[in-house]
Amino acid sequence: MVTRGFFSGRRPPTDADARIPPGQYLEQGFPVLSAGPTPRVRTEDWSFTLKHGPRPIKKWNWTEFNALPLTKMTRDIHCVTAWTKFDTAWQGVLVDDILADAGIEPPTAFTLALSFDGYTTNVPTKDITAGKAMVALLYEGKPITSDHGGPARLLVPHLYFWKSAKWLNGLQFTERDEPGFWELRGYHIYGDPWREQRYTGDP
Amino acid sequence: MSDGPAAQSPWQTVTITGIEKRTPRVTSFFLQPSRPFAYRAGQHVDVRLTAPDGYQARRSYSIASAPESGETIELAIERLDDGEVSPFFHEVAAVGDEVELRGPLGGHFVWSDSDGGPLLLVGGGSGVVPLMAMIRHRAARKSAVPAALVFSARIWDEVIFRDELIGLHDRRDGFDLVLTLTREAARRPADYSRRVDAAMMVQSMARLPAPPRHAFVCGSNAFVSVAAQALIDAGVPAGFIRTERYGV
Repeated sequence: MVTRGFFSGRRPPTDADARIPPGQYLEQGFPVLSAGPTPRVRTEDWSFTLKHGPRPIKKWNWTEFNALPLTKMTRDIHCVTAWTKFDTAWQGVLVDDILADAGIEPPTAFTLALSFDGYTTNVPTKDITAGKAMVALLYEGKPITSDHGGPARLLVPHLYFWKSAKWLNGLQFTERDEPGFWELRGYHIYGDPWREQRYTGDP
Repeated sequence: MSDGPAAQSPWQTVTITGIEKRTPRVTSFFLQPSRPFAYRAGQHVDVRLTAPDGYQARRSYSIASAPESGETIELAIERLDDGEVSPFFHEVAAVGDEVELRGPLGGHFVWSDSDGGPLLLVGGGSGVVPLMAMIRHRAARKSAVPAALVFSARIWDEVIFRDELIGLHDRRDGFDLVLTLTREAARRPADYSRRVDAAMMVQSMARLPAPPRHAFVCGSNAFVSVAAQALIDAGVPAGFIRTERYGV
């Protein structure tokens, strides 16, 4: 349906079109969204736990975690609230390198990301391994600020950005695909921006 | 919270049936859905505009009306000078125009009188919109849940829904309005003239008969960060606080 009187809009440059998923617009800033107050997690209180179901596999403190191999990842990110930001530059530890340090292969096909504030989000394990995702520690070369999820956040850039959990403190392998916080509140179980899987019921 | 998945609906055409200027920068648009539209106070919708060449722009807007307020839904839209959708509403949209709408959306920043209270609402600027839906819902249900709204605006003439909020406050039925103006002197006896802080939260909470069980904070990211921290410093458990942030 054409809207009467709507002509111009904020069209992206033509060469950017192919990088912008359907229904998204290009954002230069970095908007902040979250469901509750911003937790201020001090690095001395920080820890990261890998779990299989309720059972801890391995736990790292901040120093131990920072000793793992650091990888750079520069990616476009896509928020379900319709903004897309190009070329965001992160550094962190690939999930693959976390698994290697724990000496395990992924034990199940699904993973739940866990955060300090109780937030959770689910991702298939194949979407966070094989170089696809990291636990990011730096944004544009600097420690990630608390409102952007620091000290550490998950980065799964090929899915809508609510999957990239802020204030991450663990990954839990689950037998089933267990819906997380937003997935229980009307948002899509998988969240592929290129298929525009925003809300429950989207194909 | 154990909300099940919200029922989602695809896009529908809605007709603008009324336009009402609220403040110099905020105007309410009343929309008539083409099919039944059940929602909860605090939810939002996506609005989509389509240009003749197929280009589409979509934005999310909170619903200001109460679920009980009849068939039309009210969106109170702030004009953003560098915006893409809000300038269309403020400069082009007229009664009788149609736009596309999807929703209701969001299953977290919602309150109904059956959730109980006391209820503490903290809004900055147009962040008051989803809180207004909760306040109107409370009034429509003749709810006895104690509630307070701390509303921060720059100046008196930018207090969205001002007369209606003061009218609801004057009913003395358990709803208290606390205004704070950041660029003007306070006009009502117990109001403030500064940015929100923990002391203001402590005093506002004292107007409730018991500490809040549900706190909702909405506004710009900067406002929400400060207000949520002020609530925590005033002793509200972080788990009681739900936030919604607008923009950058």
